[in-house]
Amino acid sequence: MRNPLSDKVIDIKPSGIRKFFDVVQEMPGAISLGVGEPDFDTPWHIREEGIYSLEKGRTFYTSNAGLMELRVAISDYMRSRYSLSYDPGSEIVVTVGGSEGIDLALRAMLNEGDEVILPEPCYVSYLPCIKLADGVPVRLPLKEENEFKLTAEELLSAITDKTKILILSYPNNPTGAVMSRSDLEPIVKIILEKDLFVISDEIYSELTYQMDHCSIASFPGMRERTIVVNGFSKSFAMTGWRLGYAAGPALIMEQMIKIHQFAIMAAPTTSQYAAVEALANGQEDVDMMRESYNQRRRYLLHRFKKMGLSCFEPRGAFYMFPCIKEFGLTSEEFATRFLQEEEVAVVPGTAFGDCGEGFLRISYAYSIDELKVALGRLERFVSRLRGQRPAGDLF
Amino acid sequence: MRTEILRMMEKNSKIDIHELAIMLGTDETLIFQEIEKMENEGVICGYPTLINWDKTDLEKVTALIEVRVIPQRGQGFEKLAAHITNYPEVKALYLMSGGYDFAVFLEGKSLKEVSMFVTRKLSTLDSVAGTATHFILKKYKDHGMILIEKEEHNRMKVSL
Repeated sequence: MRNPLSDKVIDIKPSGIRKFFDVVQEMPGAISLGVGEPDFDTPWHIREEGIYSLEKGRTFYTSNAGLMELRVAISDYMRSRYSLSYDPGSEIVVTVGGSEGIDLALRAMLNEGDEVILPEPCYVSYLPCIKLADGVPVRLPLKEENEFKLTAEELLSAITDKTKILILSYPNNPTGAVMSRSDLEPIVKIILEKDLFVISDEIYSELTYQMDHCSIASFPGMRERTIVVNGFSKSFAMTGWRLGYAAGPALIMEQMIKIHQFAIMAAPTTSQYAAVEALANGQEDVDMMRESYNQRRRYLLHRFKKMGLSCFEPRGAFYMFPCIKEFGLTSEEFATRFLQEEEVAVVPGTAFGDCGEGFLRISYAYSIDELKVALGRLERFVSRLRGQRPAGDLF
Repeated sequence: MRTEILRMMEKNSKIDIHELAIMLGTDETLIFQEIEKMENEGVICGYPTLINWDKTDLEKVTALIEVRVIPQRGQGFEKLAAHITNYPEVKALYLMSGGYDFAVFLEGKSLKEVSMFVTRKLSTLDSVAGTATHFILKKYKDHGMILIEKEEHNRMKVSL
């Protein structure tokens, strides 16, 4: 038999973190701080609208780009929330989650050998998607001292003649970092100067604390060179509905919609009707959930401080990214031992890029009661580790 | 801050004030002061516990009684309302719009006890024009809390 597989796919290494995840799954009693999705149920009025659409027999395909009603709602939403203006007819596509939008954008824009700057730590799908689209990922390790924001110097250092795209992902998974308007300004300047494009994954845009989200596409000159990816998963607690969207200039969107049309056809109809309801009447739910995440964020910061775990204050998403370098363990060793000894699952920072070494991603998409138990165990584990350290090697 | 405190306490009156202060990003003493103020002002009226009596061995009967009232000149509904609130078996009393005037939530040991209360005490009051008693068969949700068993969440333990 001939080799049935594509070399390109074989080249993509399965995440090294798999092994760790398998261990977690085999421990039914373990508690977790490891999820990347909200703990809230989708608000009932949104679920009800999905049920209603099924009762009505709305079980057919929608148009490729998505229900016009939904695209209009998305367009209005982006205008009012983020001062972004997109034509529902030609500049918005409704996708199967934000992930599809990333994939579409990369495939629509990359030619073989084009370089994509990928600031890390970041969400795990960008790197393989770049490779599958024949791009060359240029991984750019970000620093904790900059609160994991991308700086102008870092960006400049990664740019070559072949650089075409910068992937930006703020508020960030896994670090919880955000970039404000003034943080983005110098980045925008470079992008315009160097004639680059941006894929901006803004899936956590509704989850920022004590500041509003700023989309890079809202800067003068950036709309034409940015694909904004967003969705319903995080903001409306709708992960399982698999619904996102991408918006950008018609020139690029036309090609993205073409790929979407052939690969996906259209996003799930039921989810689209539910999403119309979410945008029309869901803002109060979003505000309530944001406030609740913020309370937990403050609680975690307080507990970390108390146990002397160093962590910069994240202003977005629902993750903390504490530094564990003082313990002399790798992230994976720390996470594995923590799981074995205290039965709590956290994600090693290395799952999000090599520069995540020495960090953990701790999710606070849990009730305060759950967080309390898990943090109690973390505190115990941390003090045990410190107790074990040889004298003279104390921090 | 008042609203935030109330929102949190409405869901959990046993909330740890120290933790509440951390979660709201404020000072513990400030929260204590605010709560005390609200208690004095009658904004916070008490800290009862929500009990699902169906899960206990104790027999209890709850009824909603619609009461139609002939309002008295110069007193409206207030005098009668104040009178009815004094019965310990009356758990809640609301003035309603629509087909009747008072909604009385009554709790008794048995059907008989409840009907005795209605026939002997409530309907004999001056200015009560009529009553209609509805017995509550089952409570599914009370004070914003769902009382029926919920299917366990099957969220994955780890997702990126």
